[in-house]
Amino acid sequence: MNYFIIGFYALLIGVSSLAAFYQKRTAFLLLFSLTLVSFVMGIVGGEGMLWSVTILAGLIAFSAGVSFSFREFLVILLPPDLAKTMRAAPLTAGFGLFVIFTYAISGIFAPIIAPYGEAEVISSAFAPADENMLLGADQLGRDMFSRIIYGARNTVGLALLATILAFAMGATAGLYAATVGGKLDQLLSRIVDVIMSIPSLIFSLLLLSIFGTNTVTLIIVIAIIYAPRVFRLARSVGGNVVVMDYIEAAKLRGEGNWYLIRKEILPNSSAPLIAEFGLEFCFVFLLVAGLSFLGLGIQPPTADWGSMVRENATLISFGEITPLIPAGAIALLTVAVNFVVDWMLYMSSGLKE
Amino acid sequence: MGDILNIIAKRLGLGLVTLLVISIIIFGAVELLPGDIAQAVLGQGATEENLAAMRAQLGLDRAAPIRYFEWLGNAVTGDFGKSLVSQTPVSEAIYTRFGNTLFLALYAAIIAVPVAIFLGVLVALYRNTVFDRVANVVTLTSISSPEFFLGYVLILFLAVKGEYFPAIAKISDDMSLMDKLDRTFLPALTMVLVVVAHMMRMTRASIINLLASPYVEMARLKGVPAWKVIVKHTLPNAWAPVINVVALNLAYLVTGVVLVEVVFVYPGIGQLLVDAVTKRDFPVVQACCLIFAATFILLNLAADVGSILTNPRLRHPK
Repeated sequence: MNYFIIGFYALLIGVSSLAAFYQKRTAFLLLFSLTLVSFVMGIVGGEGMLWSVTILAGLIAFSAGVSFSFREFLVILLPPDLAKTMRAAPLTAGFGLFVIFTYAISGIFAPIIAPYGEAEVISSAFAPADENMLLGADQLGRDMFSRIIYGARNTVGLALLATILAFAMGATAGLYAATVGGKLDQLLSRIVDVIMSIPSLIFSLLLLSIFGTNTVTLIIVIAIIYAPRVFRLARSVGGNVVVMDYIEAAKLRGEGNWYLIRKEILPNSSAPLIAEFGLEFCFVFLLVAGLSFLGLGIQPPTADWGSMVRENATLISFGEITPLIPAGAIALLTVAVNFVVDWMLYMSSGLKE
Repeated sequence: MGDILNIIAKRLGLGLVTLLVISIIIFGAVELLPGDIAQAVLGQGATEENLAAMRAQLGLDRAAPIRYFEWLGNAVTGDFGKSLVSQTPVSEAIYTRFGNTLFLALYAAIIAVPVAIFLGVLVALYRNTVFDRVANVVTLTSISSPEFFLGYVLILFLAVKGEYFPAIAKISDDMSLMDKLDRTFLPALTMVLVVVAHMMRMTRASIINLLASPYVEMARLKGVPAWKVIVKHTLPNAWAPVINVVALNLAYLVTGVVLVEVVFVYPGIGQLLVDAVTKRDFPVVQACCLIFAATFILLNLAADVGSILTNPRLRHPK
């Protein structure tokens, strides 16, 4: 028993008692279960474990603070009607928006932010961190920090391009199939069924083994694999809109299919499609990262998070966290996008009821 | 009963057709190679004689449809041809490795399924409380993390910092079951983390859907105790969606295993596939893809059949 442990439990129990006294049910439940959990963890893992719990709690409190201020910042900046929705957004959505914003900035301004070039060898292999290199050097002596910043541009950029292509193909074909119907609809739907019955990672491995791995093939292959998901959604959403009276009216006016899709159907099915775009981006991003991790995605010397994990993986066995940083960067962005999508889905389902 | 068998037979037939189409895609994709296999393997510098010899050896001088039916016929009997790199039969390498992959997937499933269903029901009962929100954030994080991130985090904390489990899951046939279970614990745990999160969310959603239905409200209003509402009214109707959720996640387990196998250097079929793709060893790639696709379709079929069996309404399609 030392002061840290005594202080740790005294604080937790004290604050949860206070919460109970002031009838703050939620806070009490949370704090008291944290106390119970740390009992178990303290017995199993000792003082070190309690420190990790403290640090973790601090991190969560910090990110909650950041998300809160970022949300307030957006509320002030945005026009009144958007600000109203923003004010009601959960903290997780604020956190997601903040992370996406940070990634976008570091991706767009990568050459200005990064102290070194992405392929620039500046020291010996696996050199530890010093005042020049924030995160140390990688397996060839390149600056890890610079490569992570450039990775935001390369990995996210590629995933974004592939998602946009998949979306353009899937949504156009889906809405068109919903408008026209008949044989074409049946044919496209059967093709989509077959593509979706092959697991995506396996299918992309098959295609990449044949067409080789360069950036353009990669984008096209991924777009082909993920377009069917968009197609299905777009077709079912579009199918609900096509039966409306105003579509009938537009048809009687003599408008063409292309006009119907662009001016009548698309604006009325945009909400679920935008949420799907976020989800789709997560899937594509994870697939790109996975392929790069397997050495089949973005090729060196281009800085890319997936391949950075693989190249530095040996460091794990020495207890270094270096390979976890790019992997964590991938996880963080996907979590952030998912948080925002969750919020948008909640809003769109709430508005319907 | 005849009705059910009829519907199930129809589903199986549909699955078989899908599998046939996929086998055509897998075979046809290799035919799309610029040049042909011989050209791709031997490279630009190959002489005309070498190419001709290779083509004769692989039987490329015959028409593609004939070779497809030969390949398919052999594949059905378990013969996938010879590897281009090692010149040994592909099936030899695949059998033990596929067994290993199934072992890992089964191991993860046995831990994951009960935990996920239990937690999913619990979270559905206590929905919109703090626990539900915490569970929502945690599962979302776990789903969003790439498998290799979770894998390396587990290695760092459970194998390197605290030496509880081995970081590399090398197993062989002559090891005892306990040894195998110990060696493969970390890869199994990685998959459990991802799959539990998925299953929990899906179970929660389907239970909440059921709890909102009128007959549950009716039961509540007539004064049935809460636990009885769950056990007698909700659970019998929840089996269909839950079985569906489990089967879909098992399908994920078998195919999502590729990345986990590479992280933990596990001798499974996913690792074999990745190696073959890097070496452009097409017979192995084709064989692995066919096996993965077949497993995936089979488990999806199981999900369909399971939900038909447990949901009488689906037995009488309109």
